[in-house]
Amino acid sequence: MQFGSMTITEKILAKASGQSFVQAGQNIWVDANILMTHDVCGPGTIAIFKKKFGQDARVFHKDKVVIIPDHYIYTEDKYARRNLKIIRDFAEEQDLTYFYGAFTDKYKGVCHIALAQEGHNIPGTVLFGTDSHTCTSGAFGMFATGIGNTDAAFVMGTGKLWVKVPETMKFIFNGTFPKHIMAKDIILEIIGDYTVAGATYRTMEFAGQAIKELSMEERMTVCNMAIEGGAKNGLIEADEVTESYLKDRVKKDVNYDFFRADDDANYHTLREYDASSMRSVVAKPHSPDNKGYADEMQDVEVDRAYIGSCTGGKITDLKAAAVILEDKKVAIDTFVVPATREVESDMDKVKVNGKTLREIFIKAGCAMTDPSCAACLGGPKDTFARTQGLERVISTTNRNFPGRMGSKKASIYLASPYTVAASALVGRVTDPKEYV
Amino acid sequence: MDSIIEGKVYVLGDNIDTDQIIPAEHLVYDCNDDQERKMYGKYALSSVPEGQQGLPDGQIPFVSEGSYVSDFQIIVGGDNFGCGSSREHAPFALREAGVKAIIAKSYARIFFRNSVDGGFYPPFDSKEDLLSFFETGDQARIDMKKSVVENITQGKVCSFNPLGEIIEILESGDLFSYARKKGLIK
Ligand code: SF4
Repeated sequence: MQFGSMTITEKILAKASGQSFVQAGQNIWVDANILMTHDVCGPGTIAIFKKKFGQDARVFHKDKVVIIPDHYIYTEDKYARRNLKIIRDFAEEQDLTYFYGAFTDKYKGVCHIALAQEGHNIPGTVLFGTDSHTCTSGAFGMFATGIGNTDAAFVMGTGKLWVKVPETMKFIFNGTFPKHIMAKDIILEIIGDYTVAGATYRTMEFAGQAIKELSMEERMTVCNMAIEGGAKNGLIEADEVTESYLKDRVKKDVNYDFFRADDDANYHTLREYDASSMRSVVAKPHSPDNKGYADEMQDVEVDRAYIGSCTGGKITDLKAAAVILEDKKVAIDTFVVPATREVESDMDKVKVNGKTLREIFIKAGCAMTDPSCAACLGGPKDTFARTQGLERVISTTNRNFPGRMGSKKASIYLASPYTVAASALVGRVTDPKEYV
Repeated sequence: MDSIIEGKVYVLGDNIDTDQIIPAEHLVYDCNDDQERKMYGKYALSSVPEGQQGLPDGQIPFVSEGSYVSDFQIIVGGDNFGCGSSREHAPFALREAGVKAIIAKSYARIFFRNSVDGGFYPPFDSKEDLLSFFETGDQARIDMKKSVVENITQGKVCSFNPLGEIIEILESGDLFSYARKKGLIK
């Protein structure tokens, strides 16, 4: 490596720290462009903010603290209701520009998807969020990472936080993915190879022709699960696909930086994959790195299918499921949860063979509900599709640790929307290859 | 922060994630309410599968039925301790249950950061595999200055890695006191 060469992550962090050069391993203070929080971690963050900066303290910038309730919305749990009120009162008190309150017409749904859809993801900037999947936004060529309540309260008051500049592991996918391969397969393949701790403290960057051909939503799914590899952030270089997604969503006067890595930048790992030889991956219980392949697991029975969350509830995901479910009936309980209001309304517009996604799901016998995190993280007992006992679920979500979807006795298999939909038709893990 | 930490050890395996440390359904209690915050102690580590609750034999709940505080003050863990979500409720719950220190082989990044920046307890990492060095229930004594931990019950001593620069944050109390001390905030 030559002195002065930087990875994309290093360039973003250099800019945010006001320096011309930073290097992996350095501890630096950076300026946050956005702090995002939600209903689960918002109340704790707000309490610490008030305790530390005083009852009358103001947030560092009223346009830059974005609050998106999404976790515990459709529940009668009185504490969950109280949390919604705490963040609503705070947003009013601070006159926050971007508060997407529950039970209002501003409500969106799952925060990481709402951030993208509402134009908060700005290439080249730094986003901190009180949610580990904040790394989703790295799909926009930005530095996005999850933090805890104390750190978030600090950012809320100062707009700054210390970070250790991470080394980068770069995963290059050459060629083209087969038609039945989705983003979930890509990231589960890597996590299976490197384990759930394989990228701890590092950046997972995804590159190569096959990645460039992915849509923004698919890129978001890949980056979303960088945290399941232990990474600090996921990253995909911004390009024309990014630009066209941003075009109608970002305010006109916002500038972005499309950073490129220097040719001689230093990487912890460079690993090439052949995209064309990929298979449909299923993460078996109880860890995202417990890799299996759908074509070898056809004797594994499942009794529930779940299609939703930030990795599996976007319109691309629901359309993939609909392609498989069209004119068929599911064999097991199947739940569909759109990630956001935008996805929900697109279900009535996007069509497969002339039928809307909603029509296809209804005819197939799926149960649907309003957008939120729902059973992705279990949540209060009355949460839609939450596991209560020994369920064996195949799910488009991103975690399958014990108890993740509610019951610690349930078994969760993680897979792409294609694989989940195909499995729903059969009641066993099913390779979607023949269905698409 | 005391440089000597003594207590009873609770041994856990690899990849103890935040859903096991504090299940999502319990994330709703108010951390600032004296009554409600006790619930975090009550449910700390309540989603660890029974066979892994307190190694080597398992079946030892971290917090016994009806109690809000654990009998164990030191947690010994394997690799990737605290992986999963960013919820600060996880280190908070452990501290509410009475945890004074963790010694694990390695940590997930956000959990480690939360433990330190929130000033909950020191998260040490060990050079050696401590899972074979301790059994749940052993009495341990950590000497931070010397970076060693003694298994008093079994009469053995083992070293761990010094905390390094983050010790300043823990010694200050938390990230805020540290930043004040350094003149970063007023
Ligand atoms: S959908 Fe699931 S993973 Fe995504 S933000 Fe909500 S709880 Fe987290």
